Amino acid sequence: MLTLTDDEKAMLDGREGKARQKAMELLVRYAEALGAERFVDTTNVAGVPGQANVFLANYYKDRPGGIAAIFSYFDLDSDELVEVPRLATRACHLQGGYDPEHWQLLGATPEAARLSRNSERIAADRGIEILKTCTPYLAGNVPKLGEHCAWMESSAVVYCNSMLGARTNTEGRESTSAAMLTGKIPYWGLHVDTCRRGTHRITVDVAVDSIVDWGLLGYYVGDVVQERIPVVCGLSNAPDLVRFKHFGAAAASSGGVELAHLVGITPEAPTEEAAFGGNRPVEELRYGAAERRAAYERLNANANDPNVDFVMLGCPHAAFEQIEEACRLLDGRRIRESCRLWIFTSRAVKQRADAAGLTEIVRKAGGVLLTDTCSAIANAVPPGTKVAALDSAKQAHYLPAMTGIQAWFGSTADCIRAALTGRFDGRLDA
Amino acid sequence: MIVLKGRKVVGGVAEGQALVTRQTISGWGGVHALTGTIIETHHELRGQSFKDKVLVFRGAKGSSGWSVVFHTARLAGSAPKALVFNEMTTKVALGAVVMRVPAVTDLDRDPLEVIETGDWVRVDGDAGIVEVVKRAQRAPE
Repeated sequence: MLTLTDDEKAMLDGREGKARQKAMELLVRYAEALGAERFVDTTNVAGVPGQANVFLANYYKDRPGGIAAIFSYFDLDSDELVEVPRLATRACHLQGGYDPEHWQLLGATPEAARLSRNSERIAADRGIEILKTCTPYLAGNVPKLGEHCAWMESSAVVYCNSMLGARTNTEGRESTSAAMLTGKIPYWGLHVDTCRRGTHRITVDVAVDSIVDWGLLGYYVGDVVQERIPVVCGLSNAPDLVRFKHFGAAAASSGGVELAHLVGITPEAPTEEAAFGGNRPVEELRYGAAERRAAYERLNANANDPNVDFVMLGCPHAAFEQIEEACRLLDGRRIRESCRLWIFTSRAVKQRADAAGLTEIVRKAGGVLLTDTCSAIANAVPPGTKVAALDSAKQAHYLPAMTGIQAWFGSTADCIRAALTGRFDGRLDA
Repeated sequence: MIVLKGRKVVGGVAEGQALVTRQTISGWGGVHALTGTIIETHHELRGQSFKDKVLVFRGAKGSSGWSVVFHTARLAGSAPKALVFNEMTTKVALGAVVMRVPAVTDLDRDPLEVIETGDWVRVDGDAGIVEVVKRAQRAPE
């Protein structure tokens, strides 16, 4: 049974305006669906409010209001048009829309690019930080231990919960848009202490070092635990930000992992006992060389043609050091004429790449550094693409299914080599 | 007829042919919203559409775009008629809410054991009741 506080009742009664009333109505429907008993205040919301695309713009074209119509009918699932007020809490905009400079390259029509710009301007007017990235933690939004957040973006959610020890469920567009207006989100799931305890023990007995290794471990873990909470034991090295980013993104693609405890590494898992918090593991699993090999083969199951015509890096959005690494691997050479190289990152990181001359190095090599989106999000690959090489398990999971192309998964070095030679020759080292 | 009792997720009553999977479903990147077709590479339902079916499944996985994809399916007329599922997550809860179709979970028997693709299923969301007529017992169409 859901209980509301006085301020929540005031919003629901319309005393805080129509938009907050509609937002609260949606949150109440959502909380009841979950079986939540109350809401929690949130001060950190990450979503994609009011983001227009051609489908939504056409769908609501006969209803006046423009972006406000999309925000009302779609984001708040309201049957009435409402004025969108300024936010009640700190909020940021995740990835979406198109690179403001290179939208044509991404295949956007002028209409789609205009919708993307309009949505952004209106969101900014309402007080939303325009981060335009799936890695808000690399663009200045780093929640603190225990902070109640309402985040979208499955790879950011698993980072937020696991590495930072902040608390969020995998929210959706409608719930984050409503949370921005109300500062409320259902107190359910990972907001609750007892729901953060581990459920599965995964003992690692193979070296997990490289970014590829961490992606493969994540892909395995997601597949075996699905939406439950893994406790990973036996790791000899702690992952850095980039490695964890790849691990989490993979685990949230093959499965629905929102929180992973790495024993001795992540803040809520100083020991195995602490990570389980008294839970008895429902399953004991072992990740060894065979499991690692199987994950690699599963990710490469879509590809058989070694001739690569597209290389995409930056899923989740590249950190500065990953762009540096790509530039080092390019080593002053030009990529093959028949191949395209797209590297995606956030605007915040791109600014640093610009300043360091990296954007120019990528350009001179024949590639391009892009922001705001990625191939899967924008459903955009260069025209005529048949075979891609990707250094992200997440992107390799989604892109072939969404676009029908073949995709190889390998290391950043494998991918850059493919861009230079036009052939993918990556293999899993023993 | 078999009757399962569970908990309301979203109210309303609807019926239709069941589409059943033991696997979790990815919304964004796993479903083509405009046709309701499952596109995930390794999924057992790959190539099949849930449009106008009663979708009986384990639960949701993957991207936070789950609700957006199912919400878009509602606008495009390709949503399922109702949802019956086992594992509650924020993704499936929000998706069911914005899809505005009857949805039930926490059933007294595992719906994946009882219901098979092609069975006729009636979902009463408000009462939390799922009624199943086995395909074998249905009159030929």
